[in-house]
Amino acid sequence: MGDFFGQFGELLAKYDVLHAFWVNIELTFWAGLISLILGTLVCLMRISPVSSMRLAATWFVNIFRDTPLTIIMVVLVLGVWTQLKIQFSNDLATNFFWLAVAGLGLYHASFVAEAIRSGVNTVPVGQAEAARAIGLSFLPAARMIILPQAFRGAVAPLGNTLIALIKNTTVAAAAGVATETSSLMKTMIEFNSSMVFAIFGTFAIGFVVIVVPVGLATTALSRKLAVPR
Amino acid sequence: MKKLALGLAAATAFTLVLSGCGTDDGSGSDDGSDKGSITIGIKYDQPGLGIMQGNAPKGFDVSVAQYVAQQLGYEVGDIQWKESISANRETMLETKEVDLIFATYSITDERKQRVAFAGPYLVAGQDLLVLSDNNDITGPESLDGKKLCSVQGSTPAARIKEQYSAGVDLVEFQTYSECMDALIGGQIDALTTDDSILAGFAAQEAYQGKVKLVGQPFSQEFYGVGLPKDNPKVSCTDVNKALTEMFNSGEWKKALDANLGSYGPNPQYNDPSPKLDACA
Amino acid sequence: MSAPVHTILFDAPGPKALRRIALFNAAGTVAGLALIGVVAWIFAIRGQFAPGKWLTLVQWDSWAYYFLPGLASTLEAAALAVIGSVVFGLVFGVGRLSQQRWIRWPSSIIVEFFRAVPVLLMMVFVYLYLGYGGFDQITDKGFAAVVVGLVLYNGSVVAELVRSGVHSLPRGQAEAAAATGLTRLQSLIHIEVPQALLAMLPALVAQLVVVLKDSALGYMVGYQELLSGAKRLGTTSGQGNTIQTLLAATILFLAINYGLSRLADYLGRRLRGRGARFTVAEAEELPPSVSTVLELAVTDAAAEPPSTDPAYYTRDPYPEPPESEPRDPVREMWVLPRRETEDDPDV
Repeated sequence: MGDFFGQFGELLAKYDVLHAFWVNIELTFWAGLISLILGTLVCLMRISPVSSMRLAATWFVNIFRDTPLTIIMVVLVLGVWTQLKIQFSNDLATNFFWLAVAGLGLYHASFVAEAIRSGVNTVPVGQAEAARAIGLSFLPAARMIILPQAFRGAVAPLGNTLIALIKNTTVAAAAGVATETSSLMKTMIEFNSSMVFAIFGTFAIGFVVIVVPVGLATTALSRKLAVPR
Repeated sequence: MKKLALGLAAATAFTLVLSGCGTDDGSGSDDGSDKGSITIGIKYDQPGLGIMQGNAPKGFDVSVAQYVAQQLGYEVGDIQWKESISANRETMLETKEVDLIFATYSITDERKQRVAFAGPYLVAGQDLLVLSDNNDITGPESLDGKKLCSVQGSTPAARIKEQYSAGVDLVEFQTYSECMDALIGGQIDALTTDDSILAGFAAQEAYQGKVKLVGQPFSQEFYGVGLPKDNPKVSCTDVNKALTEMFNSGEWKKALDANLGSYGPNPQYNDPSPKLDACA
Repeated sequence: MSAPVHTILFDAPGPKALRRIALFNAAGTVAGLALIGVVAWIFAIRGQFAPGKWLTLVQWDSWAYYFLPGLASTLEAAALAVIGSVVFGLVFGVGRLSQQRWIRWPSSIIVEFFRAVPVLLMMVFVYLYLGYGGFDQITDKGFAAVVVGLVLYNGSVVAELVRSGVHSLPRGQAEAAAATGLTRLQSLIHIEVPQALLAMLPALVAQLVVVLKDSALGYMVGYQELLSGAKRLGTTSGQGNTIQTLLAATILFLAINYGLSRLADYLGRRLRGRGARFTVAEAEELPPSVSTVLELAVTDAAAEPPSTDPAYYTRDPYPEPPESEPRDPVREMWVLPRRETEDDPDV
């Protein structure tokens, strides 16, 4: 048994597991930022008075929400990188990192848009009526009255999206990101197949340690921010 | 409700097991009239070597397999083809799911622990594939600062980084077709793996004339015919006899030219044909 | 899309606003077409519109040997995974509701654990474990990995559905069951879970979309599903047309998932109506005391203004048929919130 722990310790010393998790956290951060901004925009478009924007936003949500993330990643590599030659960096590793961020951002933006839309639905009608009554047009009303309240009501679904994003960063492997956790786990098991359970356990517990507090925090936050009506 | 749930659980577990090992289509094990049929494992997605186009197998591995099977007394129509992906080859032989494997199967000491080999019938080597007008990549040492593509879980890429060019910028994809598209698109400078595989891609309609092999193989891969270690349906010596016949009759060279275009395998090991190992 | 939208987020546009909207629409259309045009132009330069690259898609062999078998594999894995998930979900969902701490705690830990671990990580683990663990009798390890990974994750989601479904039932159900002398487990199995299951149906169908999307991860563990089939066709066709074959696979995925999403919405509407009828009908047959409670709830609900009705706010792209009666909480108790899991962003 002591031998097992010794070997396992060696393994952890040889492979930088923490760095792999850090890559996933970085992916989460940037993709989360992008999807939050993009998702808010898409949601605004979806509830806007301009019909072409509503149409575009609806298409965006339906396409990106119903396409497997794996396909989005592969299409980014084959379509955007090799054909359109959109390049984020001259260094391949950096380039694929941002390509994966773009894929994760687009995919989760559709869920963010839906989450905020559900948040908009929690805002009482009177708020919007009052906004119109004092002469605010769509954008100012959305910016000052509706969205701030909608975000408070959307904390729980946004939290779920964040958790899904954290887990989905492992799919970045499909876009050529080789340093994140699922790739490292694969390598570690391939070269140390006798410790398959210990290796999987390490990575799984790593995700539990990241995901569970995020879940608890967003639940607490959504309770705290919920407007008693 | 409880019983239903239990029943469902059992049914699921059962179906899981069934479908997990249910891909066998009942072929391979009938030793009936005269010679019956023979089951051969090949690659299904390796252009020029082993590829299943619709339901028609093609490629150099396939040609060699057909020749050997005929020498052993089987009709081409009696061959049952099976896909044997790299990770499954030893298992498929051990469980007698296939009788022979012709699937870019390198003879290694590690594999010899579990399976037997006839051959080799081709000695390939790791090489680089570049765009036709590229003249500054001349070998594995000239890759510093270049962008190199390979597939995940393969040793070739790591070998370049460790032994030749430490400054190479490396990306690994799931399949070679992403690498090929990136190479044609000019987003990477070179693609690396066995020269035979590279030649197969280079000979595809879409890539003809656009890419070339560097032609400086820097490793040796001895492609052998995989056989089960215990009670093989055909003996290693018979396969070797058939291979010798194929080399001597000129059919081997013909199959090579027909499937891999202008590819000439490393003459040091293949001239005029590979040297067969003795059967264990 | 030019009909005026019923919303309270902005005033009904006047002539000036209508002109501005028309302008915006024109600009938007031009911008959209320009974007498509530029992309198409670049693809044309790169020779992606060569007929040979597209002909593959209309050849029968491509469908007979790549797309359709790939689709069948995707559906096979998804179907098996859904059955497995429901079983897993029922077992551990009920386990989490148990009054026995030694059942409740392990169930909770298992459910929370598998909800937190990425599906891809589980698939890779199962795939490699089967590969190195001497499970030689399982030939399609990719398939096993996909199904097990999907069952563990989606099963724990279903477990949560079961739990929230049971929690959303009127408390009277459990109380009545207890009053008739049923144990907690009997009450769950005979009274509460069957009702929760019916209410779960739309959410389950919506979860099928998640399962189908996740099954594409099988591509990463060598399972020959739709995405792998499309990529393989791009390699074997000799035309270097993986982009084109991927496009076909994407459209197939989109069509199926869109259909399933609509089915989930439809079931949600049907069950909403059915749940209401069910309650009222049952109410008439129930003993008087229970009936009063239900009626009280109904009257209470009717008195409440429909201030949180979503239809006031945003135009739902999939509008529900207008309801003949005002919404009431009793009805809502029978169904889970709509789109709860459809918006689960897992792959």
